[in-house]
Formats: sequence, structure tokens, C-alpha cells
Amino acid sequence: MSVFSEGAEPAIRTQASASVMLRHEAGLHARPAVKLTKLAKKFRSKISIANSPDGPWIDAKSIVKLMATKTPRDALLRFRAEGDDAEAAVQALVALVEQDFPDDG
Amino acid sequence: MTAETVRLRGRPASPGLAAGPLARIASATAAPRKSGSPQEERAALEGALAAAASELRALADRQADAAADILEFQLALIEDDELRAPAFDAIEQGAPAARAWERALEAQIESYATAEDEYFRARAADLVDLRDRVLRALAGGGPSTSAAPDGAVVVADDLAPSRFLEIDWGRAAGAALASGSAASHVAMLARARGVPMVVGLGDIPAAEGETILLDGERGEIEIAPSARRLAEWRLEAAALAERRAEENRRLAGPALTRSGNRVRALINIQSLADLTPEAAHADGVGLVRTEFLFEAGRPLPDEEAQYSAYRVILDWGGGKPVTIRTLDAGGDKPIPGVTFDGEANPFLGVRGLRLSLRRPELFTTQLRALARAAAHGALKAMLPMVTTPGELNEARALLDAALSELASEKIEARRPPLGIMVEVPAAALTIEAFDADFYSIGSNDLVQYVTACDRGNGALAALADPLNRAVLELIARVAAHGKRTGATVSLCGEMAADPRCVPALLDCGLEELSVAPPALGRLKAAIAAHG
Repeated sequence: MSVFSEGAEPAIRTQASASVMLRHEAGLHARPAVKLTKLAKKFRSKISIANSPDGPWIDAKSIVKLMATKTPRDALLRFRAEGDDAEAAVQALVALVEQDFPDDG
Repeated sequence: MTAETVRLRGRPASPGLAAGPLARIASATAAPRKSGSPQEERAALEGALAAAASELRALADRQADAAADILEFQLALIEDDELRAPAFDAIEQGAPAARAWERALEAQIESYATAEDEYFRARAADLVDLRDRVLRALAGGGPSTSAAPDGAVVVADDLAPSRFLEIDWGRAAGAALASGSAASHVAMLARARGVPMVVGLGDIPAAEGETILLDGERGEIEIAPSARRLAEWRLEAAALAERRAEENRRLAGPALTRSGNRVRALINIQSLADLTPEAAHADGVGLVRTEFLFEAGRPLPDEEAQYSAYRVILDWGGGKPVTIRTLDAGGDKPIPGVTFDGEANPFLGVRGLRLSLRRPELFTTQLRALARAAAHGALKAMLPMVTTPGELNEARALLDAALSELASEKIEARRPPLGIMVEVPAAALTIEAFDADFYSIGSNDLVQYVTACDRGNGALAALADPLNRAVLELIARVAAHGKRTGATVSLCGEMAADPRCVPALLDCGLEELSVAPPALGRLKAAIAAHG
């Protein structure tokens, strides 16, 4: 699966970003979107998500905004996080998408 | 005086038959509540949201799987400030709580209801469900426990998922919806629970308690049937239940005739959503309709997107053969920007391989993706609507070119076996002239072309008989050619899913039949019943 980590800054990691291909068959529909927002809410960082390089960047903790992107299958999802757990947040979210939103997630 | 039976046609959403008294469920409307100051309204909405959330939580805890997912979605929505903030803002501006909430939801519902993708469109019902639950809570009503009478057929305009889950389906027999979609959450729930459901019926002119016959197989209901019709129906229902039980028994086992001959039972896939657990009982995939990759309103799939979709199916198959048909656009499957518009008779027009050969760049992209995926599993490539051997040779030359291109780019690839669909009578009659690696009879088009009957024209249903001797003769001819040359011959099309036709197909000498996943048990049962 395609993960391009772009956020490996040394010292205090307050910003992180990464992208991952969405393989889920029906795109980012209700079930995966619920899992994604639930996971995002576990982190203190501000987390944004976009499905195109020019944005719009939307709040990954809002199911309303996430569903409004109507992201289809095979879109490249981009994550950006800012905060003291930014790196962990981005890694966890990428893993969730990569593993195709497993039930124990 | 005998009352006339009214028969309404809708769309099947969940299979099965049900008969019982009508129980109508009206959509919720909030009783007028005296509105107060913005502070009071704010408190009222907060209270209603909390009450609705705890109802949803309680419902979710009692459900498993799909049902819980749907309720979790509604819970996530109700907890989202994006949804709540506009309502509270409107209250600050002086709006009553109910109106503020309704308005806030309306904008969301509208955006789902007008989405291009059917999946997103169907989510509008979840938002309506959530809207009404909060409105009920605001009006002071608790959760509405619907006490449908025993064996009732529930009738509603649309049925919200959480409303569906509140109904005791151990007692109610089925659901008939005036609107709704087979892709909705509530239809998914009905299929998961085995509740027969028909959607899209339009106005249902029947009174409370009137007898309704609901046919979730055909997507029809009958209102106030005669006693004779009712008796006939009970026999049909019993026979269907018996057949279903037999099909379920057969589904997991191998496809064997009564005398023990092994037949390969394959499935047709028209989207990745067809890769269901029941589909795993197939001996492979007999037909992947790649048109799903070329959906209207989305950019044409590039090589990478096609390659990864083919890999998903191969990986799912875990070594079983997967036959992927190249783009079969045109005819009844136009694709904007790809197919030719304005043909007087598209079924006899530039469709299938005819189209691919006129769009070599598009075709080459697909052939490259197929050759790359073929390096990872038992992939077979199949050409639709072939009329002459020259077309097969032309397609093979393009595949050769794609393979040498890939080799020079040092990209891993393998030549897939290249077969043809036999659906044009000319091809069936001259089958010996086609040097294909395998053959697959497309019975829907073959029947339509041999009988000269448009398959969508109900007035010709009797003439468009798949068991017409001319059709069977052509099938037997292709099967015999396969036996002589050692090439596999399969059949994909509605004939394979029709228990009346399966014996004739086996008698023609076919050993591979391919059906939509829900028909797999039916196919295996029909094979088992044959000598």
C-alpha cells in the first residue's frame, strides 16, 4: 500500500503529515467515516484531512464535514496534524485506512 | 360483487414472500410545543439531543454488525458540533428549538439527497431519521415503539433505520415502502434480518388492516387478494421456503449433478461489493463486468486504478480463476465521452469489442492493467461482442503490443489466456474459425439476437424464450467445439440462474455456469437435481 511519510522532522514533533490510498470499496462512506472520526478524537492535535493536494482541508473530527467530501474509492487521502501528539495521530489514521477500517480499530 | 385486486409494482429490496394485514407507520411530526426564550429553547434542544443520543446508544448496544454501524453513524452525527452549531445559532436569533433543528438538518439532507452516488443519496434517510428522533424528543414523546399486529405487512413512505430496528420482526412479516432505495441502510438491514421488502411502490392505496401480499422476489405487492388468490399464494410461499432451504443447504457444497458429475459454479461480479461471503462458495469468477470502473461523472480509470481493482478481485479469489471482461460499453450501457451517441439502434451498434477497437488508447490501458494483474493470479481476459475472427486477431495484436511495451518498461506482466464471449449468432455458427483460449456464452444477448426480441420489452417476454431450440442448438454447437479442442466453454447470463434452463444447459454439454452471487445456491440446487 502506498504511504508517503512526509513529516519526519527531528526534535519536538508538533506537525506531521502523510497520505494513504483509500481502498474501501464504497469510498469514505458512513462506517469508515465513523471509525476515522472516532480515532481522530482520541488525539489532542488538530487534525485535518483532504482528498486533493489543494484542499480544502477539513476537520478530521467532524463526521458531517468528512461525509460531505464524498470521497470515492481510490482517492489519495492526505492527513495533516498539529499538536503534541501529531505524529502518533497521523500514523494511527494512516494505519486505519491502510488496514481498511478493521472492526477492532 | 368481487373487489378487484390491486397490484403495485416497485423494486425488490429484500427477497422473500409475506402476507398479512397492513400496518401503516406515519413519519414523525413534532406536536406543536410552546416555544420560550432563547435560553429555554437552547435548554430544550440540549435536552432533546441528549435524550435522542441515549436512545440511539441503547438501541446500538442491542444490535450487531450492520445495524450497530448505522446507529453509530447517527450517534456520530448527533455529537458533531458542525450539525449542532447552526441550530443553536438559529436559537440565539430567536428561532424555536424545533424549527432551528429542522432547518439545520434540512441543508444536510438536501446535500445528500442530491448526491450523484446512490450510496450517498441513500444516507439522506439516516439524517431524516435523526431529525425526526430529535423532534419527537422535543415534543416530549419517548421512543415510538411500534406495536405492529402479528404477521403484519408494514407500510410506510420510507422507513428510517432506527424505526426499522424498533419494530419486532419476529411478529411483523415484511415491509412495503412507497419511496426508498434498494441501496439504503434500511434495505441492507432487511436483507440481513431476512425481512422481505419492496421499495419504490409509489402511493399505496390501502387501508389499515387490509390484506397485503408482498413479493420481495419480484418487487410487487397485491392489495386485498381474493380467497382463491390467497390460497394459491400460501402454496407459492411454502414452495419458495422449501426451495430456499434446499438452496442454503447446497450453497457451501461442491456443484455436483445427481450422478456425481462435477460442474463448476462461478459468479458474475459487477462491483467489488459483490465479493460477499456467499460468493466465496463459488469455484471462481466467471465474469467481471469492468463497466463499474467507468462510472458516469468520474474520470476514466487509469491503468493503476484498473490494476488495483483487478488485484483486489484476484486476491479475494485466492487462486481461483477470475475471468475479467474488457469494457462492454454501448448497447444498454452508455458511458459519456466513450460510447457513440445518437445511434439509431445501439444494441446493433458500436458496442463491446467493436468500441474498444475504435478506442485503441483506452483499450490498451485496460490490456496493460490486465496483463500486469495476470502476473499475480489465475486471470483470464475475455472480449465481449465478437463477430468475426478478425476482431479477435486484432485484439490479440494489441495485447501482444501491450506486453512488449510492458517488457521494455521492465514492468512485471504475464500473458493472460484470451477468450471470447459468444453472443452474436454469427460467432456461434462459425465457432470453429475462432482460435480463442476459452469461450463464454453470453446468453442474455444471444437470446435477444437469435429471437430478435428486445429483452427489455415485456410484450415480447414469451417470444424471447431462452429455451428456444435455435438458442439451445447454438449453445450445444459451442460446447461441442470446446470438447473437441479442449478449450473451456462456460455460460454467463440469466439462463444459468434459471432452474428451468439449467438442465437444458447441462444437456448441451456445458460444465461451467456463472451467476450473480445471490443465485449461487439456486444454481447448485438446480445442478444437484439434474441426472
